Amino acid sequence: MTTTPRQVHLAAHFPGVNNTTVWNDPLQRSQIDFAAFEHFARTAERGRFDYLFLAEGLRLREHKGLIHDLDVVGRPNTLAVLAALAAVTRHIGLVGTLSATFNEPYELARQLATLDHLSNGRAGWNVVTSSDAFHGANFRRGGFLDHGDRYTRASEFVSLAKELWDSWSPDAVVADRASGRFLAEEAVTPFSHRGPQFDVDGRFNVPRSPQGYPVIVQAGDSADGRDFAAEHAEVIFSRHSVFDEAQQFYRDVKGRLAGRGRTEDSLKILPAVTFALGDTDDEAAERARADALAQVGPKTAITVLEQVWGVDLSDRDPDGPLPEFDPDPEASITKGWAPRFPNAVKVAQAWRAQSEAEGLSIRELVITVAGRQSFIGTPSGVAAEIDRYVQERATDGFVIVGTTSPHGLDEFVERVIPELQERGVYRSEYEEGATLRRTLGLPEPTEVAEEVRRVG
Amino acid sequence: MTRRTTIAVALDGAGWHPAAWRDPSARPAELFSPDYWIDLARTAERAGVDLLTIEDALGLQSSAFGTTDDRTDEVRGRLDALLIASLIAPTTSRIGLVPTVTTTHTEPFHVATGLQTLDFASRGRAGWRVQVSGAAHEARHFGRRTFAPLDLEAVRRGDSALLRELFDEARDVVEVVRRLWDGWEDDAIIRDAATARFVDRDKLHYADFEGAQFSVKGPSITPRSPQGQPLVTALAHQTIPYELAATSADLVFVTPHDDGQASSILGEVRAAESRVGREGRPLSVLADIVVLLEATPSLATAALERLDAEHGAPATSDALIFAGTPEALVERIDAWTDLGYDGVRLRPARLTRDLEQVAEWVLPAFDRADAPGTTLRERLGFERPANRYTVEETAA
Repeated sequence: MTTTPRQVHLAAHFPGVNNTTVWNDPLQRSQIDFAAFEHFARTAERGRFDYLFLAEGLRLREHKGLIHDLDVVGRPNTLAVLAALAAVTRHIGLVGTLSATFNEPYELARQLATLDHLSNGRAGWNVVTSSDAFHGANFRRGGFLDHGDRYTRASEFVSLAKELWDSWSPDAVVADRASGRFLAEEAVTPFSHRGPQFDVDGRFNVPRSPQGYPVIVQAGDSADGRDFAAEHAEVIFSRHSVFDEAQQFYRDVKGRLAGRGRTEDSLKILPAVTFALGDTDDEAAERARADALAQVGPKTAITVLEQVWGVDLSDRDPDGPLPEFDPDPEASITKGWAPRFPNAVKVAQAWRAQSEAEGLSIRELVITVAGRQSFIGTPSGVAAEIDRYVQERATDGFVIVGTTSPHGLDEFVERVIPELQERGVYRSEYEEGATLRRTLGLPEPTEVAEEVRRVG
Repeated sequence: MTRRTTIAVALDGAGWHPAAWRDPSARPAELFSPDYWIDLARTAERAGVDLLTIEDALGLQSSAFGTTDDRTDEVRGRLDALLIASLIAPTTSRIGLVPTVTTTHTEPFHVATGLQTLDFASRGRAGWRVQVSGAAHEARHFGRRTFAPLDLEAVRRGDSALLRELFDEARDVVEVVRRLWDGWEDDAIIRDAATARFVDRDKLHYADFEGAQFSVKGPSITPRSPQGQPLVTALAHQTIPYELAATSADLVFVTPHDDGQASSILGEVRAAESRVGREGRPLSVLADIVVLLEATPSLATAALERLDAEHGAPATSDALIFAGTPEALVERIDAWTDLGYDGVRLRPARLTRDLEQVAEWVLPAFDRADAPGTTLRERLGFERPANRYTVEETAA
């Protein structure tokens, strides 16, 4: 008996404002002109990706008290660029990161509902929280949110947003000229919400959108984050791309679903990965090496080291050994990055041990621990590896991150996608008129509500 | 030499008459679909309309000023105007796109980057209609501030404390947004391989704004956009908003109902400019007119009466309601531009019919061939402004 193999789901990550993006590559063009986004979106759609993904900027990063100048910087407003991309694409999902801390539910809910209308049902929302005063300095709320309250706020935010989205019945707009009735009777239910984060009431002003509400994406990794995901998320943008870790994470998170009346298919897990391709494995390895050297230049190597040690290390030789002293766990000289190295002393000791054991300089060590490409190989080899992850339930697919804007995805689409299609694990065409939720193979929100009711 | 008359068109729902959605030309079931907005924008662009405005608000429409109603016989529900404009941007190439964005409950930082992004997506055709929200029910949607119900008499007299507070805040929002727009000098991105620097941090500038309602550090996450400063506009009916426009805007929409008012309002706008000490280019002033156009005056009157009957009462508006022939409208526009107006913003009573009438019969009366440049600022005769921070350095 043959069974249909599990299908691979792919998202395309617009190259970010970090050292993964190689701005001095000859292929690198503007990261901000609309033409870059248009090219990227069309390429991803040509590659039949489930969705394209845009991160959000809330403040320019600072290092040692100055705006960080080594990486690509400067990006658009997430919602506005996604709405513009809705006009130049037909099928691909449009997903953006939007903060639950520095937005208000009424406004963000109506912007996301608008995006879903304008894209005919292709909107998605990566829900993130931040609590620090550094980002807060650009917003009315400032930085008061307690770190531990991040998911409390996110959860209350999403629940409230769903209440707003559900407050218009699907057939509210009658628009019947003859009877003079524009809205059906009782079509808009007033909302009233009183919680620790929000105390609001009134009536929502956007009719229910094609998907009901955008696909909810989430990236947090803590226990709270995983619980939030089990409650609300339909896609997890995961950081676990190494096979064993990925499989473990997949089991853990999917295992939490049943308790909430959700099926395995109602949540997709997609880790972010980079790639380096070649005609042979050796050629791919050479390219991966060249990319890593470009991503981790001497100054960047020192910057990464300073982020862990928390002190100025600019007098160190990047080709020399790591500092012999331990970091001051209280010191921090970097602002605006997601915390990458939560336990600095432990990280530093591990790095020093590895550098001594393998004879690695500062730069080589940073390349090894932070600069490696995820998939390195021939197009068919990379496709086989992607397929293996999905068939063996380590992931449902991947978020592909290119190293240049906007052409970083071209080669993947031209060379790896056909291999995946050949293996029978990836779509050759979109389903006409499908919403993002349908493209992802996720149940409709009403079905989810039904599921929960049956269990409850 | 005659000045080029600016023709703007204001989009809102199915049109500006409350019964517009029942007109045979209307597409009331499509008001929330992308094609509806793209079609309207393309029609306006083909005709040579200079710019489109798009209405917005942070609450449901209402027939009662400043509060809610329960009517089900008028259009209710609307999409976010900045996002509609963003959608339209790649599907058009010449027309200016001026969404309404509220200053009261929104984040100035997001407002700034949203409009910059619209400017990138439209390759230099973004504008902003600044709007305050004083409605108590809209404040309840956010739950951060409590507004007493609007004192309509005080609003009419122009001495409402709430109105003053909201417009002071709007002035602060425009100020911080303009600082954020200039936060990156045009040549901040250097891609200097020799020093491994992508950006010259000396050409990035903090906004460092602290006001009564909010503070913003900056700089913007978005580099300076094609126009540098997208065009800032405001609709104004009395002294406080005239002064906001004179302080903060490039262009103001006003609502004269006859020639006498057209003169006096223009005088008030110019007086407001001198009171606030406006420097540089004077405000462009456009007169708003709700337009319903038919081939003869009697057909136009009949069409308006039909809509009014469906609505159950004669429609009212803050602006003049003009029901007549295209020729008579052109005469009216010419008369007001002779008074010193830069042009008009036409609010079609019925979308799509009156937009089509405007496109077919009104625009051809004005010379459209001479629109200079490709940006909205260029089209309206504004310079691309120097970056305030660059200027400071040169002067130092």
